Amino acid sequence: MPIAETLDTTLDFPAARASGCPFDPAPDVEHARREEPVTRATLWDGFSCWLVTRHQDVRDVLGDPRFSADATHPGFPFLTPGLRELVDGNRSFLRMDDPDHARLRRMLTADFMVKKMESMRPEVQRIADELVDRMTDGRTSADLVSEFALPLPSLVICLLLGVPYGDHDFFQERSRVLLTLRSTRDEVRTSQQELLHYLTRLAESKHDAPDDGIISRLVARGDLVDTEIAATGRLLLIAGHETTANMTALSTLALLRNPDQLARLREDPSLTKVAVEELLRYLTIVHSGVPRVATEDVTVGGRTISAGEGVLCTINTANRDEHVFPDADTLDIGRDARRHVAFGFGVHQCLGQPLARVELQIAMETLLRRLPGLRLDIAFEDVSFRHDMGIYGVHALPVAW
Amino acid sequence: MRVHADQEKCCGAGSCVLSAPDVFDQRDADGIVVVLDTEPPAELHEAVREAAAICPAAAISLS
Repeated sequence: MPIAETLDTTLDFPAARASGCPFDPAPDVEHARREEPVTRATLWDGFSCWLVTRHQDVRDVLGDPRFSADATHPGFPFLTPGLRELVDGNRSFLRMDDPDHARLRRMLTADFMVKKMESMRPEVQRIADELVDRMTDGRTSADLVSEFALPLPSLVICLLLGVPYGDHDFFQERSRVLLTLRSTRDEVRTSQQELLHYLTRLAESKHDAPDDGIISRLVARGDLVDTEIAATGRLLLIAGHETTANMTALSTLALLRNPDQLARLREDPSLTKVAVEELLRYLTIVHSGVPRVATEDVTVGGRTISAGEGVLCTINTANRDEHVFPDADTLDIGRDARRHVAFGFGVHQCLGQPLARVELQIAMETLLRRLPGLRLDIAFEDVSFRHDMGIYGVHALPVAW
Repeated sequence: MRVHADQEKCCGAGSCVLSAPDVFDQRDADGIVVVLDTEPPAELHEAVREAAAICPAAAISLS
């Protein structure tokens, strides 16, 4: 890799979070944001790239078409072996540039627009209530991840895509392997092939037996091949359940650790929408950075990033930038956090964000209303955080009520 | 204040609709931005400025 400017330091990335502060970004990356906001990093696989850590710089990179999301560029940084395999196997529009990206994404924007997602509130609420009914039936404790946080968005994305929910063990397990930092290349390749094979077969089955899900609609267009549909389906399926599931469980834990904020939200549920934006800012579960590669020499935060060099935008540190969010390390559910970049920025900004917002608002409101005595059922020190995953959160969240 | 939205740039994320629903909407066919009120009243200006600031595709311009 060419290095345009030699820096004395290079940071190992992902860097470890501080023990006892599992909601805060890694101290080394926060230090970089304050002292050397565009800095060099060495990734898990020995690959070298730039880290961009401040709010404005992150927006500048992600909003600039001179930074490519096309992962077939040699300089592209991969956060996990699984993400490299997702590209080698069959690329989705997440890893393409315009006009290909726009062509494929625009086939889906109507499916996730605000009005459509708002109209799904009764359905999402019904699912949330049924999950709480089942979880609390004759019991006073449960794992919130496996019984509520994960099934809620999984059921909803299956419904939208036309994927049978009965297969959730299959796709959740493969998704977990793809997002785990330590998965071996063989594990990743097998999971990837099985997932694509499953989705290709599913797309084929919709030719003969169409339903009103997104996969059927993509099939019915007639201008996409089944592998394109499978790559799109895989992206929506993984992004549709992993992200909201982890946000729901981690948000619950963050509120339990901030009892003043929890009490405030319980007393005034009309704060839910604002609170969800603040939780998105504060927790930013896409914690390993959003990858790009420079296609020209570009100056960012006073540093020249040369054509061909990889960049990771650490959106979790951008969301702790005190120039934009005063007292940024404090969870304040009443603050106006709308300028957060938890969904990314630029033309690749999360397509599913209106759905994520509806799900998170309903999940948090339902949990607090239905479980007034909600508490953590193990010591906080014993909670298992997803340090080993591309998407942050908790592996399990034992709670009681 | 005059509001202009570039439908070619728009990526359909919908954040403008959440910030200023009286000024912005999305086209049913493809989720692309439409401006409902090109000269919104003063009480909506802050929400419109916010919508422009958070638009991920920089598709909203104000004059």
